[in-house]
Amino acid sequence: MKLFVICRRELHAYFGSFIAYILLAVFLLLSGYFFYSDLIFFVLFGGFTLATGLWQFVFLDMRMVAMLVLPLVTMRLFAEERKLGTMELLWTYPVRDGEIVLGKFLAAWVFFVAMLVPTALGPLVFHRYHEFAVAPVLAGYLGMLLLGSAFIACGLFVSSLTENQVVSAMVTYGILVLFWFITWNEEAGAHQLMRLLLGVSLFDRFFNFTRGVIDTKDVAFFALFVAFFLFLTWQSLATRSWRGVR
Amino acid sequence: MITAEQLTKRFGSFTAITDVSFEVRTGEIVGFLGPNGAGKSTTMRILAGVFPPSEGRVRVDGHDVVTDSLRARALVGYFPERVSIYLDMTVRHYLTYVAQMKGLSRPAARRDAAEAMASCSLETVADRLIGTLSKGFRQRVGIAQALTGAPRVLILDEPTSGLDPEQVADMRALIRGLRQDRTVILSTHILSEVEATCDRVIIIHRGRVLALDTPANLNRRLRPASQVHLEVRGPGDEVARAVRAVPGVVAVEEHGRRDGVCALTVSSEPDRDLREVLAATVASHGWALRELRPQTLTLEEIFLSLVSAEPERSESDHETVRDLSA
Repeated sequence: MKLFVICRRELHAYFGSFIAYILLAVFLLLSGYFFYSDLIFFVLFGGFTLATGLWQFVFLDMRMVAMLVLPLVTMRLFAEERKLGTMELLWTYPVRDGEIVLGKFLAAWVFFVAMLVPTALGPLVFHRYHEFAVAPVLAGYLGMLLLGSAFIACGLFVSSLTENQVVSAMVTYGILVLFWFITWNEEAGAHQLMRLLLGVSLFDRFFNFTRGVIDTKDVAFFALFVAFFLFLTWQSLATRSWRGVR
Repeated sequence: MITAEQLTKRFGSFTAITDVSFEVRTGEIVGFLGPNGAGKSTTMRILAGVFPPSEGRVRVDGHDVVTDSLRARALVGYFPERVSIYLDMTVRHYLTYVAQMKGLSRPAARRDAAEAMASCSLETVADRLIGTLSKGFRQRVGIAQALTGAPRVLILDEPTSGLDPEQVADMRALIRGLRQDRTVILSTHILSEVEATCDRVIIIHRGRVLALDTPANLNRRLRPASQVHLEVRGPGDEVARAVRAVPGVVAVEEHGRRDGVCALTVSSEPDRDLREVLAATVASHGWALRELRPQTLTLEEIFLSLVSAEPERSESDHETVRDLSA
C-alpha cells in the first residue's frame, strides 16, 4: 500500500528533524504541568466526582495544548513539498491523490498519538495511589483523538493551499480559534443561529467527552469534519490542473 | 510508444502550448528543443502526468495519461527541470522510497535502488544525506530516481542545466548509456546537446511545434543548396572564375584572401556533390588545394532560421531567442 509508504516517509521526516522533538517536549511538558495543577486544584478545592472535578479540566487543558501544537505539526505536510518542488515528482509516480492525502494525514495522526500516549503516565501513576473508574478517562482520550484528527485534517487542508509554512500554521490557528470562539457570545446570538453554531462547534462537541460521555452524534460529527477537510484537501491537489505545479 | 495529439495547455488566460502533436517510437531518443519559456516543460509535465492537458490527449504505450493515469505513469520515469528531492533522506533510503512508490515491494525496491545507484555511479554516496551532496550528484540522484521501477520511457527535462562542463559530459554519457531498450525524451535549450544525443528533434517555440525530424533531415530541408567550403592557394580572381565555370555551380562567394590563399563558399544545385569535380578543376590549373569540405547547417542555424520565419510578436519573445544563442 502506497499510503503506508508515504506515511512512513512523513514519519521519517518528522522524527528525523529536531522540530518534532521540540513539539513533543512542549506538548508533554505543558500537559504534564496542567495535569499536576489540575490535580492540586482537585485535592484542595475538589468536588465529589473525579469526572467533573478533575478529568474535565485535564482534557480541556490538553485540548488547548493540542490546539497550540498541532498546527505546527501539520503546517509542513504539503507546504514544504510545494516549496521544495517535490510535489511535482510525487505526482508523476503511479499513486492516487487520495493515497497521498491519507498517507500524510495518517503520519500526522501517528505523530499525535505518539504525543498523546506519554500523557497517560499521569493518570497511571495517580491510579496506583487512588483507584478510580477508568472509563471516563478513556472517553476523554477518545475525544482527544477525535478532536486531534479534526485539527489535523483542517491543518492538512490549509497546508495544501500554500507553500509557506508560517502562513499554513497561522491560517490553521485562525480557523480553529474561530471554531472555538464561535459559540462564546451565546447571549448575543439569535436562538436559531446559536443552535446551528453549537452544532458545528468543535469545542462544544468535545465537551461531552471530557466528562466521560460518548455521544455517537459527537463521534459522527468529528468523523464528518475530518472527511470534509480530507475531501477539500483532495480537491485542492486537483487544482494543479489549472494552476500549475506550485 | 508515446502519442501526443493536439495538446493545448492553458493556465488561466495564459496559453503555454497550442496544438502540439507528435509521436515517439519505441527505443528512440527524441530531443525537445526550444528557448526558455517555449513550452517544453509544460509538454513534458503533461507526458509525465503531472497535470492533464486542457485539450488533446497523450497515450503512453496505449494508456491515456488522464483516463488511465496510474498505468501510464507506471511506465514513465521523470526527471524534473527543477531537481527537487527530499534533502533529509540518504540516497539509498530515498531511492528505495521512490521504487516503493512505483509499486515495488520493499525487498525488490532495495534491489532496484541499488541497481539505479550503480547505473548512475552513486555507490560512493549511497548513505549520505542528499542535502549534503553537490549539485552534480543531486542531478544524478534525480536521474537515478527516474530510473527506479524499470520505466520503459524516460522523460528528462533539461538534465544538464546548471552543471559544469565536466559534469555535463558525464551526464551526456550517462544518458546515452541509459538508452538500451528505453524510449527517451530529452529537453534542452542547448543545441549541441541534441545533436550529440538525439535521433530526432522536435523544435518548439512559443508553444507550437515548428519542426519534427532527424537532425540530418532538418539540415537537408532547410538548406537552400549544397554548399562546399573551398580554400585554394592561387590567384584569387582566376580561381573564382574557374570555379564558377564548373557545371552545376550556382553561386560562388569569396571570403577574402590572405597570404596568397583564397577562401570560397561554392553553392551548387541541391543534392549535387561537386567536391570531386572541384578538386579536379583546382588540380588541373596547378593550384594547391588546401581545404575542401561540405558545409552543413548546425542545429543552431536551423533553429534560428525556423524561428525567424515566425512572425515576431513582441519584444520579450525576441529576448528569449537572443538568450538562446548566447
